[in-house]
Amino acid sequence: MEPTSRGRSGEGEGRAAGDRSTLTLNINGTDHTLTLDHRTTVLDTLRLHLGLTGAKKGCDHGQCGACTVLVDGRRANSCLLLAVAQDGARITTVEGLAADDRLHPLQEAFLERDALQCGYCTPGQICSGIGVLGEAQDGFPSHATAPTAPVTGPVALDAAEIRERMSGNLCRCGAYPRIVEAIGDVAS
Amino acid sequence: MTGVARYAAERNLPGCLYAWPVPATVPRGRVAAIRTADALALPGVHAVLTHENAPRTREPDDPILAVLQNDRVPHRGWQVALVVADTLEGARAGAEALDITYETAAHDAVLTADHDGLYTPETANGGYPAVRERGDVDRAFAAAPVQVDATYTIGPLHNHPMEPHATTALWSQDGRLTLYDSSQGATKVRDSLATVFGLRPDQVTVVSQHVGGGFGSKGTPRPQAVLAAMAALHTGRPVELAMPRRHMAAVVGHRAPTVQRVRLGASSDGTLTSVAHEISTHTSTVKEFVEQAAVPARVMYGSAHSRTVHRVAALDVPSPSWMRAPGEAPGMYALESAMDELASALGLDPVELRLRNDPAAEPDSGKPFSSRNLAACLRDGAARFGWNDRDPRPAVRREGPLLLGTGVAAATYPVYAAASHASAHAAPDGSYRIAVNATDIGTGARTVLAQIAAHVLETPVENVTVDIGDSDLPDAPLAGGSSGTASWGWSVHKAATALVERLGESSGPLPAAGVTVTADTTDETAEESPHARHAFGAHFAEVAVDSRTGEVRVRRMLGVFAAGHILNSRTGRSQFIGGMTMGLGMALTESSSLDPVFGDFTESDLASYHVPACADVTGLEAYWIDEDDPHLNPMGSKGIGEIGIVGAAAALGNAFHHATGVRLRTLPLAPDRVLSALR
Repeated sequence: MEPTSRGRSGEGEGRAAGDRSTLTLNINGTDHTLTLDHRTTVLDTLRLHLGLTGAKKGCDHGQCGACTVLVDGRRANSCLLLAVAQDGARITTVEGLAADDRLHPLQEAFLERDALQCGYCTPGQICSGIGVLGEAQDGFPSHATAPTAPVTGPVALDAAEIRERMSGNLCRCGAYPRIVEAIGDVAS
Repeated sequence: MTGVARYAAERNLPGCLYAWPVPATVPRGRVAAIRTADALALPGVHAVLTHENAPRTREPDDPILAVLQNDRVPHRGWQVALVVADTLEGARAGAEALDITYETAAHDAVLTADHDGLYTPETANGGYPAVRERGDVDRAFAAAPVQVDATYTIGPLHNHPMEPHATTALWSQDGRLTLYDSSQGATKVRDSLATVFGLRPDQVTVVSQHVGGGFGSKGTPRPQAVLAAMAALHTGRPVELAMPRRHMAAVVGHRAPTVQRVRLGASSDGTLTSVAHEISTHTSTVKEFVEQAAVPARVMYGSAHSRTVHRVAALDVPSPSWMRAPGEAPGMYALESAMDELASALGLDPVELRLRNDPAAEPDSGKPFSSRNLAACLRDGAARFGWNDRDPRPAVRREGPLLLGTGVAAATYPVYAAASHASAHAAPDGSYRIAVNATDIGTGARTVLAQIAAHVLETPVENVTVDIGDSDLPDAPLAGGSSGTASWGWSVHKAATALVERLGESSGPLPAAGVTVTADTTDETAEESPHARHAFGAHFAEVAVDSRTGEVRVRRMLGVFAAGHILNSRTGRSQFIGGMTMGLGMALTESSSLDPVFGDFTESDLASYHVPACADVTGLEAYWIDEDDPHLNPMGSKGIGEIGIVGAAAALGNAFHHATGVRLRTLPLAPDRVLSALR
């Protein structure tokens, strides 16, 4: 398979043998060259091949958001991405958010607000929240954005915006109000 | 938070194999043949377990654990094979490659109010008598000047914890079994699995250190634990089995559907004279589980005449089980909706109606309540919500196409506690270590147990380490029945108290090994209380109903609860809000049904079964009235994990009626149902 045309320079591009390919994923700043079954998702690559179990498998069908990671800076359901199609991608998981032993501000805010219960959806919520902050900064509108809002420039993240944008990440414990507050803290 | 907590299917054990279960694709019958050759020929497939080659197990304490023991298919989705491979992809491909033929038999998967198979069981879930009768309810109802006779219907509901049920199993050379299991109680899993595999409990270790929610569906072991252990035994390798989300509904339990007839008779001043609550529900042919939905009517309101009846039909359906507040959640939807209908019929404020029927003693048992602050919850909630200015007329508030309304309902949940063991250790450096096989399924068990111990030990909470989630720790009951904190906390309190006494007996430095004491609350928890012990609460809700789309949106939900002493306001609040959120789902979004032809749940994944999303949850507030109840446990606490869901759906349904003037007696209040009703 040819590498995608998103400007990535994968180490092992095109090296396929039958049902497996060798490819390179940059995960949390480190290149990992792996030979993977073409059926393997990014989520299973992280969890089963690299021992990075922070990204969770809640449904394996893109319905719950527990597996959310950042791919080239944008949030994505890693259960819906085949690893073979991501050669050269730069992936950030919840394990890669803290820098120099300092938690990411959104991780701090989740702790401060107690924005979690069982913790299983939490890595996805945090990665998704970071994605939301980036999307709003880059002016992406949502269903909650007023039609009259300027089309350029950042979108202000009020509670309605956050709720709307975070609705792809399910939390069965019902921690939503605190999650919205935590993201709001970092947004402001 | 940082991704380091390891859940059951995240152990990355060396040499681990992966298993994929294979659900039956017929609603009833038997497996006639399984051809495994194609699957076994696939690269990386190690084994296919079927009823023909799976390890023979002993009779389990729960029949749902008797998997791969015979060819019977009691319902669609029952597991008939397990494929084990080097990789998850390989196992799944192996499952696809199986060629299974069935002999099918006629099936019946749909509960109706007048189903031929309905019978009266001896008891309902929780050991409650199926039938209780007081006075002459028929005569009293017939004579009542104001009557409500209404039937409410709730379909099946699914727990759907975010972490699917999962087990990693491995056997040691000397025949010991270790399970990493996503469970609400590792002691119980250990004992059940020991029974199944003919082992002594001390030959089994179950670790449930981090559990991604359960809501009842992980209360006792589920089949994946047995399947993973079988596969590990068969292959001699560790085996990881994480349930595919779409398979879960059929094998992990569900809240059974209920058809509930409520008849309330009242005098013209609103005093209830008769209360009849009769429910029909289903169970499977595998085991009898009866949702105890009529039980809360034995607790809530005084009346001279009462009848509460459970009837059940054993259908060709998956086995139902516990889901957050079994009994109370569906039962209080019906009872509290009927109370609202009665208030409308009387022209009486629904808060006032409840206050007029607030009994001094538990109606069914005659026991005095250890504490009952329903009235205080109603009054406090009404004041906070702004209820007292409410215009009672239905269907008179409009914002363009939106119809607005408010509703109220009461909540109740029993106080349970079970025997638990714990140990408390004092180290020479002044630190303490508490050990108890509690489980934290998202409730904050570690935190609250450390708090309880620190309080007794008179030490900062940072000095206390709490070990939980491992069956090698002192035996403890499961996280269920809102009893975890009471049960574990009681034994922690007792152990810490004994440790303080022990430390007081000796002077001088502690021995190098420290001092350890143990506690067992079997005697204390076995004592029958002379009191009826329940938590109570009140929900107030405001909804906006879109008359064009039929969409019902929550504007506000406010709950006030009286549940003893709240030990931790931060985690306690999250329990209340979480329960209310699940109640919102029950009222508005969560819909499941059994297909009459396929005999299966038509909504079996998270794309079709709609649990509330972030955008659905607005304006939720929870408050509580701190109770000083000396009749509970040393902490003075009542359970809070479930009461938040109880009554929430009724408050929303009652608000819907206030908004639209239309009574809908079937949940959820989904757009199709709403639009049909509004036209």
